[in-house]
Amino acid sequence: MASGPLTFLENLLAAGVARGTPLSFATLGEVFAERAGVLNLGVEGMMLLGAAAGFGLAHHTGSLILGLLGAMAASALLSLLHAGVTVTLAGDQVVSGLGLGFFGAGLASVLGAGLVGVPGPRLPAFEIGGLCSIPLLGPALFSQNLIVYIGFLALPLAWLYLHRTRMGLKLRAVGESPSAADSQGISVARVRYAHVAAGGALAGIAGASLSLAITPGWVDGMTSGQGWIAVGLVIFGGWEPVRAALGAYLFGAIRRLPLDLQGVQSLPLFRNPNLGYFLDMLPYLFTVAVLVVAGATRLRRRMGAPAALGKAFIRGERGR
Amino acid sequence: MRLELRPRLRTSTGGTLAASALSVLVALALGGVLLAAAGVSPLAAFRAIFTASLFGGAYALSDTTVKATPLLICGLGCALAFRARLWNVGAEGQLLLGAWAATGVASFWLPPGTPAPLMLLSMGLAAMAAGGAWAGVCGALRATLQVNEIISTLMLVYVAQKLINYFVFGAWSEGGFPLTPVFPEAAWLPRLSDLAPRFPGMAGLTAHLGIVVGVLLCVAMWLLLRRSVWGFELRVLGDSERAARYIGLRVERRMLTTMALSGALAGLAGMLEVAGVVHRLQDRFSPGYGFVAIAVAWLARLDPWGVLLGAFLFAALLVGAKEVQPGGISMMLQGVVMLTVVAGDFLLRYRIVRVDGDASKEEAGLG
Amino acid sequence: MSTTASVRLRGLCKRFGAVRAVERVDLELHPGEIHAILGENGAGKSTLMCLLAGLYAADAGTTEIDGRPVTLRSPRDAMAAGVGMVHQHFMLVPTLTVWENVLLGAERIPTLLRPGRAAAEVQAAADRLGLIVNARALVGDLGVARQQRVEILRVLTRGASVMILDEPTAVLSPDESEALFRSLEVLRGEGTTIALITHKLEEVRRWAQRVTVMRRGRAVASFERPGRLSAEELASAMVGEAVSLEVDRSEREAGGPRLELRGLAAASDRGLTAVDGVDLQVRAGEILGLAGVAGNGQVELMEAVAGLRPPRGGAVLLDGEDVSALSARRRAERGLRYIPEDRTATGTAPSLSVLENLCLRRYRDPPCRRGPWIHLEAMDRRCRAQIDALQIATAGPGQAVRLLSGGNLQKVILARELSPAPAVLLALHPTRGLDARATRKARQLLLDARDDGAAVLLWSEDLEELLALSDRVAVIVAGRITHTVDHDTAELATVGRWMTGGGDAA
Repeated sequence: MASGPLTFLENLLAAGVARGTPLSFATLGEVFAERAGVLNLGVEGMMLLGAAAGFGLAHHTGSLILGLLGAMAASALLSLLHAGVTVTLAGDQVVSGLGLGFFGAGLASVLGAGLVGVPGPRLPAFEIGGLCSIPLLGPALFSQNLIVYIGFLALPLAWLYLHRTRMGLKLRAVGESPSAADSQGISVARVRYAHVAAGGALAGIAGASLSLAITPGWVDGMTSGQGWIAVGLVIFGGWEPVRAALGAYLFGAIRRLPLDLQGVQSLPLFRNPNLGYFLDMLPYLFTVAVLVVAGATRLRRRMGAPAALGKAFIRGERGR
Repeated sequence: MRLELRPRLRTSTGGTLAASALSVLVALALGGVLLAAAGVSPLAAFRAIFTASLFGGAYALSDTTVKATPLLICGLGCALAFRARLWNVGAEGQLLLGAWAATGVASFWLPPGTPAPLMLLSMGLAAMAAGGAWAGVCGALRATLQVNEIISTLMLVYVAQKLINYFVFGAWSEGGFPLTPVFPEAAWLPRLSDLAPRFPGMAGLTAHLGIVVGVLLCVAMWLLLRRSVWGFELRVLGDSERAARYIGLRVERRMLTTMALSGALAGLAGMLEVAGVVHRLQDRFSPGYGFVAIAVAWLARLDPWGVLLGAFLFAALLVGAKEVQPGGISMMLQGVVMLTVVAGDFLLRYRIVRVDGDASKEEAGLG
Repeated sequence: MSTTASVRLRGLCKRFGAVRAVERVDLELHPGEIHAILGENGAGKSTLMCLLAGLYAADAGTTEIDGRPVTLRSPRDAMAAGVGMVHQHFMLVPTLTVWENVLLGAERIPTLLRPGRAAAEVQAAADRLGLIVNARALVGDLGVARQQRVEILRVLTRGASVMILDEPTAVLSPDESEALFRSLEVLRGEGTTIALITHKLEEVRRWAQRVTVMRRGRAVASFERPGRLSAEELASAMVGEAVSLEVDRSEREAGGPRLELRGLAAASDRGLTAVDGVDLQVRAGEILGLAGVAGNGQVELMEAVAGLRPPRGGAVLLDGEDVSALSARRRAERGLRYIPEDRTATGTAPSLSVLENLCLRRYRDPPCRRGPWIHLEAMDRRCRAQIDALQIATAGPGQAVRLLSGGNLQKVILARELSPAPAVLLALHPTRGLDARATRKARQLLLDARDDGAAVLLWSEDLEELLALSDRVAVIVAGRITHTVDHDTAELATVGRWMTGGGDAA
């Protein structure tokens, strides 16, 4: 066994990567939705729904695959509601997203009512050959749950999709200038619907990854605000998938910090039992700090929001 | 033959109210569908909800009023901020901070012998200051650094919850239970049951002075928004930030003061809740009033009187929700209401018109 | 000139609500020709061409391209039929590169993008067509003339045989316009059908082989070889009555300086220097016209004077008083008025009513205000009078301003800013989007303000209008004033050359 600080750091990193995975999925999903110009504030609700639906389905059918697929489908379908209201009916995106969040959270609570404390299937965890013996990074990156590995793959895939595919090009155009995209024959509505649904699906996976792997089981409100942190991470990452997802892993580590620090007995400060409350505040304060930094640096200009984010698009309205 | 969208030229207040009412009805209908899907009889459930909350006599009405008070005041705060397009969705956190400050004044910072009027006033002011500061910080960050206020106010909700936990479970805890010591009598808001000696019918009715404060604030808000210079400028700001700058408004300062005022109202709601209902600070004393208030404000279309109505409606749902299993249904209903209201907005702004060939026959979407 | 039409429009109609934008229009376009669609603002020429480009769907009428009837319901349909449009407000995505923007319009975008290859292909196409532009540049970084080339490139690489250009020279300097028309001549030689939407008579006379004049949604006249006609004849066809192109500008003795800029410097939104030490004086009873290509600091200059942009240095004096430290409101109180470029979100508050917008400058004064309370209805009668005087087409003072057309929005802004009479008036594109009658009225209002003793600082993209109205003209290039001339000595060609940084060579 390695000595104290190294073990501490290894545990922190490993747990951070694990904890960061659901956040990463959710963040990637929101990046896609916002890149299309649609703000979806219901991520928290979609995650909860995915967690409950995924766990419930896996528990009742015994199939983890069905659980994951069910989580994706449930959250994707629900987010289509948001798309319908904001894209077709040109409704206000903020309130619609909030409503979606409430609805999703409530639905998750209803679905999960009989599932509290129920043991359920868990996604397999395994190590990858010799790589996991690399000091410090080994356990963090190569001794994880299956869903974490899938999460790793998601980063380069997301980048490739956004920057190297036809759909990605259309996506970037729609979010930046829907009228330009429309004039070139791109269906703005279709692109928006598709990516809001994709965002929902990813939020669903995020939730399922929680209830089926990272913190197995179902507890009401088990995401404890991660959906909201995801929205903040999108801004932090400048609407770029890889940057945002890396931020998610960073946050995973930060959220882990309170738990690990409380075990460290060496400093008198850390022995105060009340410290826990303040450490719990860290992730949330950090999110705000991150936004402050993003705002303060003029980098905002270069990593700016998609210009059409939050605005409805209606062709043929008499432009002036 | 094609359907086309044409913008409406005029929006009447009658039309707006009708749209909101329609949204509520649709939401309730959808709620009924949800209940049926959950295996509960919708009619029985709705009857149970409304009996427990509105039509079951004095007790029901009193219970509903108690729940409506924080929704009303928080809702007014949210509506104020939303008018300026400042999305203060962290009202819950500001409410908690207000309750905390009020508790501090009542139990620790003022001597217990302080006369009631002074005590209550101090509690109220402290609560407004605390809630105002909590929201004001986010307003300042938004004004100076364009920090998204949705995220910042929300994050501060979680911080507020942890802070309250610290005091309730730790620093101010009484006997290790998640409660603070009971307030001195002077810090108790008068309630209807106080009149029981003279009016026996009032016994057991917990509705407190807070509702009076709420209604007065309604009037004040209506005057402010409709008839004051400040309110007019706020509407300009909410409509177009560039136009506001163009006419010389100090936009940053407005954002700050509006958010602070919004937070102050939420803080006041928190104070009224602890001073009027539980008379101490305790764990989970708020079932998410600050969040429900957002739905209330939106349903009311940011109109103060609408907020009053909406607060009672949602309070009825909250009171009656205890009658309905499973528990998440009321949150789902809130979400449905918000979605239907936003969807209903569409019919307010556009008409659906049928266009054939040479002539266009106008067919109205909604009157 | 060819006699077989490549495009035939018959009986096209388009209505927006109660407004008949295009009413039973017949039009024929021929290959290898530049066909000008001439009309004043609001005549329907843009709408008509948008029908051809598939941006709007026609309510009635038929379209034939190369003899085949087509239904154009979307831009896709139009592109498939070989019609491409270069818009006045470019349909480009600023955060994407040139090659990505061109690729967006391609018939078949490959599923996997290869930046290296795609950029090279686009560059080759641009070079072949003689359009000078860098395929790898970010469109947002390009100047206006180059952006236009990207638009044209996109239309041509799509294989358009019919190309529509909507007011292409509106944002170009005279030299850049020349370059554009030379490119168009090349295309014409290759047999492309070109439709040119314009309101500039000289362009029509110089470059078009045919012209159709539109007025109030109808095609009222059609001429071959419009070069034979005089400008007055064309203008009369546009307006429907005998028209004099002269602006009724009387000579006036200017008074003392009311607006003074001393070494004024300001930054753009991006933080770069936009106004670079400007010294300027505008005297009472004088119109000073700023002549400059868009993007040379005019907007930043105006905003700095108005108090809407913090200056980096220098001073602004209003009637001798240094107002550099004063807010926009204080300057407005001292008689500074500003007609902004953006009339939909800056000059007006869109959801507020006409009455409320007309009162935006005076709601703090009696009779609108009494203590902390506001009572705008007191202004109702005066506002109705203003609506009548300027013929603002609105359902009433209570109507939300966002439902007004662009021209009427401008009238609201003019009505508000010009009464009470300003001390100093800053005007950006005051007549853009207005029909001929309203344009004349607006120009008259500017001249009236000047005659009443106001100092007017004017920037108009219409160089002819600028020269006609101004008592003096100052040329601004890269944030500095390079030349100043009087009305009598100002010549269009010379000023145009100065605007692009050309020397004084004759």
